[in-house]
Amino acid sequence: MLNIDRDLGRFRDIIKGRVRRDLRKYMSSGELVGKQGNKTVSIPLPQIGIPRLRYGKNQGGVGQGEGQGQGPGEGQQAGDAPGEHVLEVELTVEELAEILGEELELPRIEPKGTATTSTKRFKYTGIRRVGPESLRHMKRTYKQALRRSIAGGTFDPRKPVVVPIKDDKRYRAYNVETEPRSAAVIVYMMDVSGSMGKTQKEIVRSEAFWIDAWLKHNYDEIETRFIIHDASAREVDRDTFFRTRESGGTLISSAYKLCLEILQKDYPPSDWNIYPFHFSDGDNWSQSDTRTCMTLLREQLVPMSNQFSYAQVDSQYGSGQFIKDLTEHFGAEDRVVLSRVADRDAIMESIRELLGKGN
Amino acid sequence: MGRMTTRFLREGRALPAELEQARLEIEALARSYGLDFFDTIFEMCTYEEINMIAAYGGFPTRYPHWRFGMEYLQMQKSYEYGLSKIYEMVINTDPSYAYLMDCNLVVDQKLVMAHVFGHVDFFKNNLWFKGTDRRMLDTMANHATRIRDLIERHGASEVERFIDQVLSIDNLIDPYAMHITRTRTVTEADVERAEADGSVARMPAKDYMDSYINPPEFLEAQRLKKEEELQRMRSFPESPVRDVLGFLLDHARLPRWKQEILRIIRAEALYFAPQGQTKIMNEGWATYWHTKLMTQHILSDSEVIDYADANAGTLAMRPGQLNPYKLGVELWRHIERRWNKGRFGKDWLDCDDPRERAAWDTGAGEGRDKIFQVRQTHNDITFLETFLTADFCREMGFFTTKFDKRSGEWVLDSREFADVKQQLLQMLASRGTPRVYIVDANHGNRSELRLWHEHEGLDIQLDWATVTLENLVAIWGRPVHLDTQLEGKPMRLSHDGSAARRAPIKAAS
Repeated sequence: MLNIDRDLGRFRDIIKGRVRRDLRKYMSSGELVGKQGNKTVSIPLPQIGIPRLRYGKNQGGVGQGEGQGQGPGEGQQAGDAPGEHVLEVELTVEELAEILGEELELPRIEPKGTATTSTKRFKYTGIRRVGPESLRHMKRTYKQALRRSIAGGTFDPRKPVVVPIKDDKRYRAYNVETEPRSAAVIVYMMDVSGSMGKTQKEIVRSEAFWIDAWLKHNYDEIETRFIIHDASAREVDRDTFFRTRESGGTLISSAYKLCLEILQKDYPPSDWNIYPFHFSDGDNWSQSDTRTCMTLLREQLVPMSNQFSYAQVDSQYGSGQFIKDLTEHFGAEDRVVLSRVADRDAIMESIRELLGKGN
Repeated sequence: MGRMTTRFLREGRALPAELEQARLEIEALARSYGLDFFDTIFEMCTYEEINMIAAYGGFPTRYPHWRFGMEYLQMQKSYEYGLSKIYEMVINTDPSYAYLMDCNLVVDQKLVMAHVFGHVDFFKNNLWFKGTDRRMLDTMANHATRIRDLIERHGASEVERFIDQVLSIDNLIDPYAMHITRTRTVTEADVERAEADGSVARMPAKDYMDSYINPPEFLEAQRLKKEEELQRMRSFPESPVRDVLGFLLDHARLPRWKQEILRIIRAEALYFAPQGQTKIMNEGWATYWHTKLMTQHILSDSEVIDYADANAGTLAMRPGQLNPYKLGVELWRHIERRWNKGRFGKDWLDCDDPRERAAWDTGAGEGRDKIFQVRQTHNDITFLETFLTADFCREMGFFTTKFDKRSGEWVLDSREFADVKQQLLQMLASRGTPRVYIVDANHGNRSELRLWHEHEGLDIQLDWATVTLENLVAIWGRPVHLDTQLEGKPMRLSHDGSAARRAPIKAAS
């Protein structure tokens, strides 16, 4: 290729710079939520062109014909006045997540215990010139012998006999491959109770979505589980998680219990890095349930997790008591990260709080 | 470098035998009609390559800059979505290079070749192209080498920033700069002499008549006139300068390497200027010749439908829009018909009997000679000014449009010949670019730069103007002002590098 690849690359960098500048806008808009990581999103970028002195839009034109069609609104008029370019650039959600990570200066998350969880395997993918006869590679050996006999002029197509000598022999050989095992699981828990207004739900969804996008970008293979809860908790698929609308009372312990159940069943903490995320407005039904929650957290959930993250969105109905309780019980605990989200614009900050530690 | 480029492009891109055969045939035919062109080298390209070459304005060897990447991306998209495709590209060099897209039908390729010979004939013979650099492939490559060199020495981001700033004003050139040299005619000595000369011009008169012939009011007027003249001589530039880039090149305080970039960008902008000035003529001319050659000689029976399809696509008029190909070719044919039938000269102009005019045919047969002569000397503006007649306008059903603010739609404004012509010429004269002059390089005696926008009924776009002014400040190094009109009121836009200001201009300012 000629120079265009470099110019194209530079242009893409500029685009990313633009996106970075307006990142907050994309983060807080709910539009992108629910998209898969490899899906592209179109982002309109007006005015990335070179600014020049030129006329505004209300330029008259000349047309031809009956004059019944629409005027020269779009498209080209006579003369070659530069058209209005609104550039649509396509970025994948992954790329956006990467930009997000760079912008928030999030540390790349190092999963614990990679060494213990990756396995070594021997695979016969190589070729050597020495080896046991049982591993002789017939085809390669024959090929080599044929090549030699043709080069040496001894090959006779009418009588195509090829006899391998020692030098021709090729043997299979093994290579050691380390296979990293997928060793991280993220459990998202979301409060969908009635005290969470439409805006609150959108905010936690946006936040969960971007956290998910960033973590997916970091871990090649990552397991995600989704739990929604009001007075009772149930596990849902990703799609439902990002779209569902429910309402009811709030028993946070129901979610924690379900989360524990899932973890104990499928993800033993000895093999897995565990990251539970919980989003709520912090308005639990009763103090006694809160006490249950604290016990669950202290005795089981927090000890088995790498990091337990809790984000609380401000709501006009709720008391927002839960985060205070958490602070009281776990304020000094390193593995518990708490964050408050006041409004849409605070999403970025909150993500930074939750992911900024990188453990 | 240029030579290498050439070889690189040609490698493996020679025409297949069938097309080579067609090329020879078409070239011979074109010559037999009197077309006179540079050697033309055709190359086959994939759509990616042709989009890339198009993104570089026809020159694959241009200097590195992100906007080429952007244009490439846009073309690539619009091709992939089936919105547009580039049939052909030809560049104004000697020898001339034309790029064919390899996935086109054979009949399309023939059409394109015939079209290209029209363009190259136009490049070679039209007066407005006389000053262009015919070795531009090499020159562009040299520019690229130069800029890469600068990047190495001063850093990519520095160089890119300055290129962006200069590109922002690369439309502020004098498209006639190639054809005339405007030099400073007033020297310092002239000014000093004029200042030293305290006398006031008076009419010759006998003593006793003097107070009647040179009354005090007259003398006062003369004195003011001289003052004004002196003021003009002192000011710099002494007359408005349209070639803003050229002026900056000569007078802005810039380090050598920035001057170099300015020079390169100006040279490239000037090189492309004639193509903008002759778009309608040039496309019309090429279309005229491809239709003639194809329909009268080259087409085989089996190709007619595909040809007609492609041709119709090029010449289609979308409702309410103007297609330069169509306008051009119709006007060329109109001229040929007129001069064939002798519809010119005093008798024709004086005749106002419609029946007589409709039947007018002196059998003059000068059409072919006339169009060759016109293609030699005219540009779009003079072409339309001279040959767009009321008859033609009526035949073609032209109208003007305006933007109706109340309905938010474009509506038909007028079918009057005078209006249509006025509108067309105005569009051509400005080409979407406001005419802007440097009027004072020492504004307020603070070496600030003052520009003046020759307002022609349209306001400039404010947000872009602000950024452009900011870029100008970066180049000039001092605050910059632009005098213009906004919604009918004289307005001065200013920028001092950190903030933009806008203030109404008072009459005496």
